[in-house]
Order: sequence, then structure tokens, then C-alpha cells
Amino acid sequence: MLSKEIRSHFPILHQEINGHPLVYLDSGATSQKPTQVIEAIKNYYELENSNVHRGVHTLGNRATDSYEGAREKVRKFINATSTKEVIFTRGTTTSLNTVARSYGLANVKEGDEIVITYMEHHSNIIPWQQLAKETGATLKYIDLEADGTISLDSVRSTITDKTKIVSVVYVSNVLGTMNPIKEITQIAHEHGAIMVVDGAQASPHIKLDVQALDCDFLAFSGHKMCGPTGIGVLYGKQALLEKMEPIEFGGEMIDFVGLYESTWKELPWKFEGGTPIIAGAIGLGAAIDFLEEIGLDEIEKHEHELAAYAMDKMSAIDGLTIYGPTDPSKRAGIITFNLNDVHPHDLATVLDMNGIAVRAGHHCAQPLMKWLQVSATARASFYLYNTKEDIDSLIAGLRTAKEYFNDVY
Amino acid sequence: MSTNNLDQLYRSVIMDHYKNPRNKGSIEDGALTIDMNNPTCGDRIHLTLQVEDGVIQNAKFDGEGCSISMASASMMTQAVKGKKVEEALQLSTVFSEMMLGKEHDDSIDLEDIEALNGVSKFPARIKCATLAWKAMEKGVSEE
Repeated sequence: MLSKEIRSHFPILHQEINGHPLVYLDSGATSQKPTQVIEAIKNYYELENSNVHRGVHTLGNRATDSYEGAREKVRKFINATSTKEVIFTRGTTTSLNTVARSYGLANVKEGDEIVITYMEHHSNIIPWQQLAKETGATLKYIDLEADGTISLDSVRSTITDKTKIVSVVYVSNVLGTMNPIKEITQIAHEHGAIMVVDGAQASPHIKLDVQALDCDFLAFSGHKMCGPTGIGVLYGKQALLEKMEPIEFGGEMIDFVGLYESTWKELPWKFEGGTPIIAGAIGLGAAIDFLEEIGLDEIEKHEHELAAYAMDKMSAIDGLTIYGPTDPSKRAGIITFNLNDVHPHDLATVLDMNGIAVRAGHHCAQPLMKWLQVSATARASFYLYNTKEDIDSLIAGLRTAKEYFNDVY
Repeated sequence: MSTNNLDQLYRSVIMDHYKNPRNKGSIEDGALTIDMNNPTCGDRIHLTLQVEDGVIQNAKFDGEGCSISMASASMMTQAVKGKKVEEALQLSTVFSEMMLGKEHDDSIDLEDIEALNGVSKFPARIKCATLAWKAMEKGVSEE
């Protein structure tokens, strides 16, 4: 387990909610921010704020250095070969849409296939639905095993030589399942398809290595990994990005602008039209520093321990159903569940009255809810600042809710 | 762990409507049909209304969701049945003012609906309570 001292870096955790100490178990939705991230953003606005890539004055240079410095931190964090492969976006959704609109429209045609899975977040479903509709391609789903994992046999039987794009979530935001991305990538490549990875729930928790995975694109968000909202990353292999057209046109991304024709800047800037999210990128860089000081391996270990502890205690509550893999080592610190017939909203309200924040609803994964045959679920998700005591509070809260609704449900 | 504040929300009248919903089901022929959902949480209502000569003769609902959303749907159908469309819309306005914690017209007897008063203190749950009323408004405005 990580030291509880980590909590002292997160000012927001030290408050009471509805008369109880805050127990934040909704990091899957967004993580809290450590002081050094908040300070980095404040420092930028107080000492460096200026537009980037217009290097005439000193402040402009400072802002550019910090912004591009953050890009280098991201490059190292995901082990990309070059900063040309690191594009700053608004978040995972924008990153995935960029791949669908730019690579997808240029390379997918009628009769082709796009392959995703039943456990995708809406942001890794709808861009492909739209692409399929516009091009006449077929959208196919890889089925799940009963325990909410993906078998490579299903992957092999779904991907064919007609498949042009395979897009799979690394860590499921509902089931916590960690998918065999490296193996799926290999199968996709054997059929000549490219591999896109939704890394939104992976980047906060596990060490990413795009070269080892060999994926063609990777999308993730800053705000789930201790960084600010509004900043995300699209990694792409340089050879692919070079051939792709930008999807946003305007300032910042141009080389030469004529009356009827224009040319683009080189990578990665041709994909960053408009004044970029400078403070957001700097905040993300600070978040990466923070996570690397602790160590991603340590963070992953901490979450596995919390998940194992929570699953053990939760399983002991009569009537509680946990969805997803039963083996804690196969999942991240995300536990989605239902308690008897108590509706997750009602459950979440009881927990909230006791200072405990969990998510309730369909978690932006309606096809997966359908697969699970539930209309909604509750979800507790853990991060590096959570403790076993937080889980004890959750368990006490669940028992309270069960008792409270005992004669109703 | 405390449950003190919860009783403001989960009043016994509400839980009774949840456990024993009134007007559950669907009107078959010639009825107005409204399907609405709350996309943030998945609550879903299928409302059927039979409106004749500007009067809501019958109202039935089906759906799935939390206790607040389903109890509110039960109460809404009970309240609007037999009322003129404009009376039902007036009631809907009073209800939404109550949900926002605003002063509302207290000359109208809200009967069971009054029990949902406490929802206004739980901002995350207001949308649960208003779903059925929005469906009713949509239905009669199409009429």
C-alpha cells in the first residue's frame, strides 16, 4: 500500500460533506488534483501567460517552452519515439473523433469493417457509428465472456481481412477489466487493420508503452490522471499522422495561407488549430511529474490491493452483485455493483448523505448495461489517495442503505 | 452512518407510491404516447394519456428508474387524471417551482405530491422527480 501521506497533497480531500469526512470513490469519473498541479497552473498564469509559438517576446518564449516541455513529458510517459507523435487535444473524446474524422474518412470505404467491443464507453462507439454510416462500412462488436473479459478467440473470429480499424478500451470504465491490447493489436495488424486504444482509464493507473503495445493510436485525458479538465492527448504513429489531414483549420496550424490554398505546419502542430490549451498542458505535465515520483507500478499495486480488499468485504454483503472479473488481479480499481433491488440512485444518495461519493447510472456505456441486463449500476473507483479506511466507510454505508431500504425493496 | 436527513427525501407516501404504483401500465387505443428518458442516469418513462375535449380522461405509465422517479410518475398520473389540460399544466408549473425551492401557489391542494417537497434539498435528484411531469407536458402540448 502507498503511504497515507499522499493524501496531504490533495487539499480537496480534507473537508466534510454533509457532516462527514469526504470519502471520494469517483476517480473513474475524474481524479482529484494535487497541490503541485494546481500550483503549476497558477504559476503559469501569474508568471508566464502568453500565446505560444510567436517567439518575439520573452513571455511568449517562456509559455512556448513550458507548453512544449509538457509535450516532452507526455512523450516519455507513454514511451513514444518522438514529440511529433504527441498531439494535445481537449480529451479522449476529441482524440478518438480526430482519428475517426481524419484517418477514418480517408481510409474506410463501403464494405469495410470497423471492430469495437461491447465494453466501450460512448466516446469509443459513436465516432465509429457515424463513420460507418457515412462510409457504408459495417460496425462489428467483439463479444464478451461471462466474466466481462475478452477472449482472443472472439477477437480472431470478429476481425477479418475487411477490417480496417479496430478500437478497444484498455481498461473498462465499468467492469475494470484490463484488456490484452498487445495481443489484440497483433491480430489487427495480421489483417492489415490499424489499432486504436482508448486509454482514458488506463493512463492514470498503469504504465503505458506505445512501442511495446505497437498500437497505431492511443487516446487519453488529463483529468483522470491528476491533471486538469480540458486537456487530453492523441498519440499516433508518425507515418500515419504524416499522411492524415487536420480536422480543424485556422490559426496556429498553418504554414502558408494564400487566397485559395493553404499549407499546414509540420507534426504535431498541424492538428492543433487555434490557441492551444496551454495551462492545461502544463498542468498535465505537472501531473505526470507527480505520478512518476510515486511510480506507476506502485500506483497499480496499490489499486489492486484496494480492489482485492473491497471485493472481499463487498462479497460478504448479502444481495450485493459485483460485475466484471472476479479475480482482482485482472482488474483495475473500479468496482461496479448493485445491492439487491435498491436503485443505484437511491443507494448513491444514502452514501452521499454520509460523505461518500460514488457514481450511479449507466456510466456512458449503454450497450454494456444492456449486455449486463441492468438499467443502471453503482460504481466505486479508487485512486492513489484512497485507503482501506475509505473502503470500510463504503461498506458501512452500504449496510446502512441496505437496512434503510429493507422494507421498501 | 446516519439516515436522519434521508427521511426528508424518502417520505413514507413516496415509498408507498413506489411500492404500489398507481396507474401502472399502458392505455392501448387512441392514446397519446410519450417516451422520455433521463440520459444522464438511464431513468425511463413510457406515458400514455387519453385526452378528450380538453380533459385528461386517463393516464398510465410504465418505465424503470429510482424510487423518486417512479413514485413521482405514479403521483403525477393520479393528480392529472380527470383534470383539464390547463389545470394539469398549472399543476406542473407549481410542481417545478416546488422542486426549485421557490415560493409556489399554495391555493392548489397538491395532496400526495406535497411529499416530494424534500427533493428540492437534494439537487442531484430533482431531475428524477420532474421526468414524469415533463413527459406529461410534452404529451399535452402535442395534442
